[in-house]
Amino acid sequence: MWNYALKRLIQGLITVWFIATATFLAMHAVPGDPLSGAKAMTPEIQQNLEKKYGLDKPIGQQYLIYMKNLAQGDLGISFTQKNREVNDIIREHFPVSATLGIMAVVFAALGGSLFGALTALYRNKWPDNVIMLAVILGISVPSFVFAAFSQLAIVKLNGLLGVSLLPVAGWGTISHMLLPSLVLGLGTMAYLTRLMRSSMLEILSSDYIRTANAKGLPATRIFARHEMPNAILPVVTVLGPAIAAITTGGFVVELVFAIPGLGRYFVQAVQQLDYTVIMGTTVFFGAFLVLMVIVVDLLYGFIDPRVRVS
Amino acid sequence: MTQTAPADPAMMDGAFDPLHSELRIQALTRPSLSYWQDAWKRLKANKRAILSLYIIIAMLLFTALGPQVWRVNPAEQDLLQISSPPGADRSAILVAPYVPWAVEEAPTPVTQSDAPDGTQTPAVVTAPAADAGLELVGTATTQMVRLKWNAMPGAADYAVYRNIIPAKGPGTYGLPLGNTDSAEVTRFEDLLDLRAGTTYYSVVPVDQTGAEMPQSINLKVDVVNSITMEEARARRLLKDGETPELGSTVNFALHPMGTDYLGRDMLARLMQGARVSLFIGIVAPLLFVMFGVVYGSMAGFIGGKVDQLMMRFADFVVALPFLLFMILFKIAFGIGPGESGIMPLIVAMVILLWPSTARLVRGQILQVREEAYVNAARLLGARTGYLVMRHMIPNTMGVILVTLTFAIPSAIFTEAFLSFIGMGVAAPTASWGSMSNDGIKTMLTHPHELFFPALMISITVLAFNLLGDGLRDALDAKMRSRE
Repeated sequence: MWNYALKRLIQGLITVWFIATATFLAMHAVPGDPLSGAKAMTPEIQQNLEKKYGLDKPIGQQYLIYMKNLAQGDLGISFTQKNREVNDIIREHFPVSATLGIMAVVFAALGGSLFGALTALYRNKWPDNVIMLAVILGISVPSFVFAAFSQLAIVKLNGLLGVSLLPVAGWGTISHMLLPSLVLGLGTMAYLTRLMRSSMLEILSSDYIRTANAKGLPATRIFARHEMPNAILPVVTVLGPAIAAITTGGFVVELVFAIPGLGRYFVQAVQQLDYTVIMGTTVFFGAFLVLMVIVVDLLYGFIDPRVRVS
Repeated sequence: MTQTAPADPAMMDGAFDPLHSELRIQALTRPSLSYWQDAWKRLKANKRAILSLYIIIAMLLFTALGPQVWRVNPAEQDLLQISSPPGADRSAILVAPYVPWAVEEAPTPVTQSDAPDGTQTPAVVTAPAADAGLELVGTATTQMVRLKWNAMPGAADYAVYRNIIPAKGPGTYGLPLGNTDSAEVTRFEDLLDLRAGTTYYSVVPVDQTGAEMPQSINLKVDVVNSITMEEARARRLLKDGETPELGSTVNFALHPMGTDYLGRDMLARLMQGARVSLFIGIVAPLLFVMFGVVYGSMAGFIGGKVDQLMMRFADFVVALPFLLFMILFKIAFGIGPGESGIMPLIVAMVILLWPSTARLVRGQILQVREEAYVNAARLLGARTGYLVMRHMIPNTMGVILVTLTFAIPSAIFTEAFLSFIGMGVAAPTASWGSMSNDGIKTMLTHPHELFFPALMISITVLAFNLLGDGLRDALDAKMRSRE
């Protein structure tokens, strides 16, 4: 187990290195340099600035400096915001994104496994049909459309009731988080429901369920002890990539709901060509996602003993 | 023993002739179907998939033939109908060109009565505010609204306001239009950005100190669309040689799906946007699936260390945060002036999305390689090229096709996402994503600007998803048995 964990961690580190290198190369392929967008400046100032940021050095040396700083956890200083470290920006805005993402994942996982189990149990009856229709919609409608129209619906609802039932945008209280996280999790929830349904259908036709039925166990106990824990395994497997999809996909929702998360910050940084912030957030997000996948894989070992053995 | 043989005539020659049976082996009732024929048969039985196929074909026709049928320039602005929803009232009355309000009309009835002095304003003090008689002069059109009222006691000036809802006392008058700057002038002409519909005007007297007095006079006005003869001709709203009278009705240009915030025809723009969205949505998956197939089958075929190395690299690429890198690559490739940013998008998608196909194809190739029929073919002396063409490709084709069908909606999604956050297709080019991005800004007042592009994205993605489901069921025997 520990050996496996260690191996996965080392693999993860290599992956993060790869992400950082890819980011570095991509950023250096950008036409022009980070300072060319700024106001007109004399060649002397340009030179001084280049020296300050180490842009006058050959690219190999820049890469080494970048990697050295990265290893020490220093992501550099923002180009557009004076004296603001990228670390500060991440520290300030990432918790918001993470909260949103975690809530969305919880919504998606709970909803997905429950609805999926329901569709399998009521196969080809009306609950199955209704939920599967909703699932198809959830997969086919982009999240920004959901975001926009749920906002519109809330505005109308608030107007109709005369009280502010839910806030339309912003961040702060739990009620601010409900709608965005639900919208963010919807696509993944639809996907997980499908997965859960097929996995549950397979379980339902297996021998041990027949045995349990033959023994005369109550249906609720069979569901809770035999069906659910087995059917949920594939859902847990894809939870790692799902977290990845949700946290990176979050910035669309952050944009629509005006949530001060890291994703929105990233989009802003791209618009302003704030190189260090772009690189820093990309590497940070990448590392976070790699870590999440590893954590989920390790947790999987605890949930399913068969995996631990092999 | 010998007694019976010659004796029995029934056992004589011919007795042991094989019986010519009338029963023949049953002929095959159906011709044997190839894999693809079978798959097509199954697909045809799937109503949802076939319906989706029709929708996709309709979508492609909409893109290809639509602009031939609906010949409206998607870039042309109809400034008479900005953000008009579908089915909005298009009728307008023909009006004369604008001429400033003639001064010969007396400012107030009062000063008219004793014109020589002009100082007798206190004479009207008796007129109560309620009787101030705010009224419309002429017809209220989008060209202009002219109001006049009677002078009010104590007023040194009048402030005129306009609102979309009835005013309920001070502070609720709405948009301040202007002041008359004199007690003498009791008329006002509103030319400011008028829209057809009901508006509420309020005239508030202002006293000597410049403070607004608590009372106001209000008027509800129904503004109608208007157009001058010249303009109507320029916009080809009138037939050649037709010269209708002033005051008669003409119809504005037809926009079946309304117009956007710049007055551009939504239908024409949706067609143009479909071109971009579907182009990216189909070309990018084609390219990266093709690349994935080549990469994956190479890895699977060569095997060993090379395979390990190639797959490790694919794992790295999978680990890249997809949307972030899409954006990174997009700025890395840069977009020059006049470019629409379609190529960088496609290149970024190809670079980032091939590994999943590669993995899948590699798995398939590894599986097929071990199959008995491949070994048999090899034993019979089949060459590698034959093996690939005859066995490998047909047996992985199903999986590849299904991957492609599912890759298309996700590519359309990605394009929409990126254009939505302003990182996709650049401004003058329309795509469904960028149209949604434009639409969301005016969502609360003009929901149709967001609704139509969003609907197009959803329908297309839905159709491709359902078709993919159908294809998977039809092509993949293993998946089929599951549900």
